[in-house]
Order: sequence, then structure tokens, then C-alpha cells
Amino acid sequence: MSIQDLEKIFQDKIDKEIKIEPRDWMPEAYRKTNIRQISQHAHSEIVGMLPEGNWISRAPSLKRKAILIAKVQDEGGHGLYLYSSAETLGMGRDEMINDLHSGKAKYSSIFNYPSLTWADMGAIGWLVDGAAILNQVMLCRTSYGPYARALVRICKEESFHQRQGFESLLVLSRGTNEQKAMCQDAINRWWWPSLMMFGPKDSESTNSDQSMKWKIKRKTNDELRQQFIDMIAEQIKVLGMTLPDDKLKWNEERKHYDFGEINWDEFWNVVKGNGPCNKQRLAARNKAHNEGAWVRDAAIAYANKKANLKNQEAA
Amino acid sequence: MNNQIRKFYYGDIPEDNSGSNLEVAKSEKVHDWPLWEVFVRSKQGLDHKHVGSLHAADAAMAIENARDVYTRRQEGVSLWVVESKYIHASNPDEAESLYDPANDKVYRHPAFYDLPDEVGHM
Repeated sequence: MSIQDLEKIFQDKIDKEIKIEPRDWMPEAYRKTNIRQISQHAHSEIVGMLPEGNWISRAPSLKRKAILIAKVQDEGGHGLYLYSSAETLGMGRDEMINDLHSGKAKYSSIFNYPSLTWADMGAIGWLVDGAAILNQVMLCRTSYGPYARALVRICKEESFHQRQGFESLLVLSRGTNEQKAMCQDAINRWWWPSLMMFGPKDSESTNSDQSMKWKIKRKTNDELRQQFIDMIAEQIKVLGMTLPDDKLKWNEERKHYDFGEINWDEFWNVVKGNGPCNKQRLAARNKAHNEGAWVRDAAIAYANKKANLKNQEAA
Repeated sequence: MNNQIRKFYYGDIPEDNSGSNLEVAKSEKVHDWPLWEVFVRSKQGLDHKHVGSLHAADAAMAIENARDVYTRRQEGVSLWVVESKYIHASNPDEAESLYDPANDKVYRHPAFYDLPDEVGHM
């Protein structure tokens, strides 16, 4: 069969909503795009543990500490589901990790911002996880089987992340003046970066919407971003707080919220590695990996020792 | 002028220079931990389902890690781990010829048989 025939069969499956599984034939570009997207998604989960890990030792109560630990554990687990999915496409874990640590692979830019106060934990849960949930729910219908299944699992676990964040802010919003101010400040700092999570505008568009055609993505950046804004603009009323956008306004004709212009210079700067915490994040990851090497080596040495003992006994 | 502007999606950031000059992680040697496939029985009475994979040094570690990662919300009463290299799979390209014999044996299905109503439920 010619490549064209194979491609036609492949596109046919996609159009019929038949999932693509690891050993199915697929265009090389489809494989590469999925490897890149899934592994970067995995990197985002792992690096995302860092701004939150920052507050585990300083959570205001045992309950909040336990909740935060559980959330960070989940993020680690999500990273694993995604690495597993990416590995089915033929890239090894080592290579993916090396790409992250060398700076070659990207991760979601949102995690290059610092978590400065306790209220940041609430803001991150509500806004950052909220944005991630919209994207991930959409991706549950992605065409590559293992990625879709990993996302279903992730979505089930993710909803508590957003709820605990909002609830945490709710408590602050009903507290002392200092707590209310801390809550508003965290929202002010995390709002615009959360909008940037959805990526550049659709209008910077290309000739072939390959990702949409292959049903890797099911909704566009702007669609998701608008959905997010409409949702948050309503939820914030419950908190009695404001969003730092004086152009945010309900548009009765569009039936959506109008909003101000995102600072795209900041967006590209952070993507290119000049955000507030890019270097710290990678340094933390490299440090953890290097300092943990002895554990990995010891585990293998122990496993080999046990295996040899077993062979000797059998002999 | 070639105006090729790319459409970007979540996570799909271009492979430009990221601008970081960090000390790359030292252990460049291959991660010796083999890959394991994980199967979970979530409840007595159900069968084990494939849930994903993980790397571990040996079977004991694989089971512990599988518990930590795939059963955080009590979704497991039993775990199987199998080194991925021991999974043998059929070739999807041969699916048609492999399963073809089953496709035209309609007499394997109960609806093929026409029985009078007096027989009752059968």
C-alpha cells in the first residue's frame, strides 16, 4: 500500500471518531506532534508541583497542608500518566526528561511565575487549574487513544483541585481586611498569566489546521479562553473580588464577556525563558534529578543483587 | 515575502531557543529501570483493566509505585504488573485477516434462530 493509501485510511478513522492506538500506522508528523504535546503536558504537571510545593511547609492549618500535599501528589501522578502515554509513541522517558532539563522541551509558561503568598495557592487552584480543566476536558476527546484515556483519569482528579482553590479564597474573602487584600492581590497577579495559558490568538493562524484536522485539538485557543473568562467573571462575584481588567464587560449581543488586550510581549518573553522563575524552575528540576541519582542507582543495584541471589539458589 | 504564521495551541509552543544555559542533569546514562504495564482490579468481581505504565527497578517496587500512582482514590483491590517486554500483541495491520473468520459466522448469534413464541423465553 502506498503512503497515500495509508494516509487516507488514517484520516478516515479520524473522521469516523475511531481512536488511534499505539501500534496503528500513523503519519510521522502525527506521531511527532503528539509526542511533543503529550510530553510537554507531562513536563507542565511536574514543574507545576514546584510553585505549590513552596507552601506545603507553610500552610496555615493541618487541613490545608493535607489538601495541598494531596494536590501536589496528584500532579506527580498526572505527569506519570502523560509520560506513559507519550512513551507508547516511541520516545523513551530518559530522552523526555533530558529535553526538559536541558531547556529543549517546553512546559506551560504559567509555572514560571512565583507563588508569593498563601492566597496564591487558592488563586492557582481556582484560575490555573480551572483553565487547565477546560483544556483537558476538551482533550478527553483527542484522537490518540492513550492520551485520551490518560486525560479522562486526570479530569476525574482535577476537579477537586479547582474546588479547593476556590474554597480557600472564599474563606479569605470572608476574613480580616488583611486576608481580603491578600486574596485580591493574588487574583491580580494570576489573572493575566492564566489567560496566557490558552496560547496565542487564533488570528495568528496558519495555512493548514493540521491539529484540528487530526482531532488532536478539538477547540481553538480563543474559544477556550472565552469560555474561561465567561466562567470566572461570574464566579468572582461570589468572592466579592474584582478581576484586574477595566475592559471586562458583558456584551449582550455576543452573549460573552468582552475583555482587555493580553500583554503578548510578556507572553513571548516568558515562553522564551525570561519569565520571573524560568531559571529557578529548571534549576530545581536539575537539582532534584542529580541529587536523586543515587536512589535510582541503588534501586538497580539492589534489584540486581536480589536477582543474582535467586539465580545462585536455583543453580 | 513568505508570511507563514503558525497557529499555536495549548502546549504547542515553537521550538525556538529557550534562552537557558543550565547545567544539564548529570546522569545521562540510560535509566536502567525497565517499563512495566499496570493492571488494576477495582472491585471484587471485576477483571483487571490496563491503566497505564511506569518505570521501576523490580516487581516489588513496581507494585508499590502502581499503588501510589494508580489507586490514589481506592480504585484497586488487586494489582498486576508485567514488564512491557513480556506483553505480546497482535499486529493491527493484520487485524482484518486475523479476525475475518469470525465475521461471517452469523449462526453464532442467538438471533439467527427463529423459534415459535410458545417456547417462551430462550
